[in-house]
Amino acid sequence: MRDLTNEILELIRRTSSSLPPDVEKKLRESIEKEEPGSPARGALETILKNIDLSRAQSTPICQDTGTPIFYVHYPVGLSTIKLKGQIRSALAEATKRSYMRPNAVDAIYDKNTGNNLGGDDFPYVHFEEVEGDDLTIELMLKGGGCENVGRQYSLPDNSVGAGRDLAGVRKVVLDAVQKAQGQGCAPGILGVSIGGDRGSSYIKSKEVLFSEMGTRNADPKIAELEERLTSEANEMGIGPMGFGGKTTVLDTKIIGLSRLPASYFVSVSYMCWAYRRRKMTVRGEEITYD
Amino acid sequence: MKQITTPISDDVIRDLKVGDAVALSGMMITGRDAVHKWMIETFIKKTRAPQGDDLQVYEELKKILNGSVIYHCGPVVSGLDTKEYKFVAAGPTTSIREEPYQADVMKHFNVKGVIGKGGMGAKTLKGCEETPAVYFHAIGGAASYIAQTVTRVHGVFKLDFGVPEAIWVIEVKEFPVVVTMDSHGGSQHAVIEESSKKVLEDLLSR
Repeated sequence: MRDLTNEILELIRRTSSSLPPDVEKKLRESIEKEEPGSPARGALETILKNIDLSRAQSTPICQDTGTPIFYVHYPVGLSTIKLKGQIRSALAEATKRSYMRPNAVDAIYDKNTGNNLGGDDFPYVHFEEVEGDDLTIELMLKGGGCENVGRQYSLPDNSVGAGRDLAGVRKVVLDAVQKAQGQGCAPGILGVSIGGDRGSSYIKSKEVLFSEMGTRNADPKIAELEERLTSEANEMGIGPMGFGGKTTVLDTKIIGLSRLPASYFVSVSYMCWAYRRRKMTVRGEEITYD
Repeated sequence: MKQITTPISDDVIRDLKVGDAVALSGMMITGRDAVHKWMIETFIKKTRAPQGDDLQVYEELKKILNGSVIYHCGPVVSGLDTKEYKFVAAGPTTSIREEPYQADVMKHFNVKGVIGKGGMGAKTLKGCEETPAVYFHAIGGAASYIAQTVTRVHGVFKLDFGVPEAIWVIEVKEFPVVVTMDSHGGSQHAVIEESSKKVLEDLLSR
């Protein structure tokens, strides 16, 4: 198998410095909804200037280059040990080149490793063996500010009157948005998972964020809830950066999982506007980036 | 947009109101979680004995911070090998984590403002009235854009805290911010929290 370290380095550079077109488009549309001269509109204008500048300079969109979350879909027979090694080397090099901030801090000894490599858990790498010959590597960078405002609820939740059904799910998701205020760098994107155990529920609420803006759940009932949540979240008037305004949430993505009879978890992962995700595909000798 | 340069006088601070757009210039430092905890424990509550260069850094900080500003920021910095430091990306981090410490730090060092994002709570708001000081809100995530306003990195203290957590002494030119908490008890964050809570209650009852 060929060495992909340089190509993964390019994936990291693109992810950190160039916001995906679907996210940028949504932000550009949002600006028109905010009053001219308002702090909300000013915030969005600065955000758009920053997007252009970061892309032109190959500098990080946000200084918090976040948790690097890699999802690798690999053909039968490829060595995941080698791939993981190449991902780690590429990340250390990206940090040296200032595409990434050194972000791995030993939680027991409070020591930053300086190269973005922690234990086996940092960066986070998920491998999935697939049919066919293509190798795809997806990368998402999720900053700490938005990660901190994520929430997990165990239903029923009396604090908001949420029962064990979709009506209850709606209530806790809206509660999470209100509690987040502007802390997670609104306007945000919500990844919601229903079911699972505490661990799988949170993981899936992030995994669902790999899909494009506007991707709706195949189940019409859930698709409707996604759209309703986005619209109702925006009624709260929290606005960009929590300044007040019409744009609080850009999109909501929901995934349903299996649950135990005893458990009914709802996990909300809040993604900031700097919704950095990119994908590379290796097909034979050809490598393409989305 | 108001032009303000550090060191800032109390009169200038008292004139600022929630909603004012400000272009900040002059010397300031970055400081976030590790720095605030270290300041409180070592110099304010003194529950921890000073170690290493703590006391020298303290003397320097007293001079720099008098009338100046703390920026809640963990930057991406180039030139670490050569010590020719340059800010590459430098947006604000979430300020609320400093809520237990901020008011005491402001009063102790006569800090006239903090720059961050997301706003802060009642304890800091009271600290703003008493010091006096204000909370300047920068645009979260606008890291490349804000880094361009950092014209010079004068030096760094406590680099052993790690690059994001160290105390970077910087000079900025026309750093764009909005006052969201003033020295008269005004807080845009308290207003939005309250109004959004009312809408949420209405939504939950539907």
